[in-house]
Amino acid sequence: MRFTGGMIGSMAVLLTGCDAAALRPAAADGAAIARGREAAVRLGCGACHVLPGVDWPRGRVGPALSEMGDRALIAGRLPNRPDILAHFVRDAPALLPGSAMPALPMRDRDATDIAAWLGSLHAD
Amino acid sequence: MQTDGPLHHDADLARVLDGWPPPVLDPAGPYSEPITVLAWALLIGGTLVLALVLVALGVALFGSGRTKARLGGEKAIWIFGVACPVVVLTGLLVWGLTLTSHLSAGLPTGKEMRVRVIGEMWWWRVHYLDAVGRETVRDANELHIPTGIPVLLELQSADVIHSFWVPRLGGKMDMVPGRTNRLLIQADRPGIYKGQCAEYCGGPHALMGFIVIAHDPADFARWRASRRPAPIAGDLVARGARLFDTVGCAACHTVRGTPADGMAGPDLTHVGSRGTIGAGILPNNAGTLAGWIADSQAIKPGNRMPPYRQLSADDLRALTAYMASRR
Ligand code: HEC
Ligand code: HEC
Ligand SMILES: [Cu+2]
Repeated sequence: MRFTGGMIGSMAVLLTGCDAAALRPAAADGAAIARGREAAVRLGCGACHVLPGVDWPRGRVGPALSEMGDRALIAGRLPNRPDILAHFVRDAPALLPGSAMPALPMRDRDATDIAAWLGSLHAD
Repeated sequence: MQTDGPLHHDADLARVLDGWPPPVLDPAGPYSEPITVLAWALLIGGTLVLALVLVALGVALFGSGRTKARLGGEKAIWIFGVACPVVVLTGLLVWGLTLTSHLSAGLPTGKEMRVRVIGEMWWWRVHYLDAVGRETVRDANELHIPTGIPVLLELQSADVIHSFWVPRLGGKMDMVPGRTNRLLIQADRPGIYKGQCAEYCGGPHALMGFIVIAHDPADFARWRASRRPAPIAGDLVARGARLFDTVGCAACHTVRGTPADGMAGPDLTHVGSRGTIGAGILPNNAGTLAGWIADSQAIKPGNRMPPYRQLSADDLRALTAYMASRR
């Protein structure tokens, strides 16, 4: 895979910036996973994604999020690490300029919880 | 109370009857209170009657010969079979009718705030009226009211029969094509009260929700003063405004202060300040708004807005920014 300049830049922000420190993921315990699912529903991620185990809404603008824990790359571009995932769900355009996934203001805790939940989704 | 932001606390807007205490048993004003009182009275009364019948059944099955004979005697039948039901049911009828007589409204008396709500497949037009019934502001899917005064709703339908129901604020009233039905609601405390179309009206009827936002009177005056079309500021928003006309949104939607004057869909002049999107079913934020514009059919299957899968991510972002800025 080839790293683009923008990507290296954004990863540098991720690895060194203070934002990244704020989003250091908690241990992905059951409670965080449950809160993450609840936050994804509450924030309306279902308007664009099929969320596993959620029967409505089943958005089709973005990819289904089932098996997100097995994915090597986020959106085919970023390494699927909990801290990067947490950053991505809150501010996708900052990491992937031009992405149709919008920045979604949320609390740090929501972002890390959602990342924990997504990381727990595996093929059965 | 913050009323202009997304409803972060409320995920399941589509599930109006969920929650504890159940909204139907948790009245928040004088037009829903009597209904709850009546419901409890019927529930408790019904339980007592059931208990009585079970006791009688027990006696009939296991009682001694003498008690059985008494139970089947003419006197018992006159008392329990005729007198009791006549007295209880007549009493209940008179009491129930008196208790609820003020719930359906007659003509306006001048003391109420007046609003016309028109049911559409599968959303609501909301026209605020002045004291003599002239339209002041148009909005959709959301009703703002001050606390403590009755609000007289003039309910109409543009197509099929719908039913207006905000369980915590009042009764349920059908919206019948060609008629105006009047219903009073009132909220005694500020808050957000969920509503739902309560008469099957086809397709996504279950996703035809509604919210009422009750403000204390000073807050309400501020809200009312803020109902002026927002200026178009910034490049992204300006681009979104142009797209709104060129990709066809304007054919169905009105945005006051712009050339967009379509009537087929909800008025979007203030859509950015609405608490919900899709007629009371999802919290309104940058994500749900963009998701709705790109493919509302996945969210509310069968609704009358086409999906816009042809938009680029940039166009979608611009349209979403424009919509969010219509406050
Ligand atoms: C407006 C629609 C929209 C909303 C709302 C939205 N997303 Fe996305 N999402 C997308 C799109 C489009 C992509 C694909 C992005 C790309 O390839 O650049 C995507 C990609 C993703 C991915 C990567 C998927 C993969 O297969 O690699 C994740 C994870 C994700 N979104 C999570 C979320 C979460 C969590 C939320 C809610 C907080 C959310 N999204 C809200 C549109 C949306
Ligand atoms: C063919 C007519 C039509 C066109 C064209 C159309 N819409 Fe709609 N739109 C509707 C209808 C009808 C609804 C209400 C759907 C429902 O809730 O059942 C709606 C709802 C909406 C809502 C949600 C409003 C609310 O309060 O819930 C938004 C936002 C919106 N449209 C934006 C747009 C944008 C942006 C475009 C152009 C990209 C567009 N619409 C094009 C008919 C249309
Ligand atoms: Cu209906």
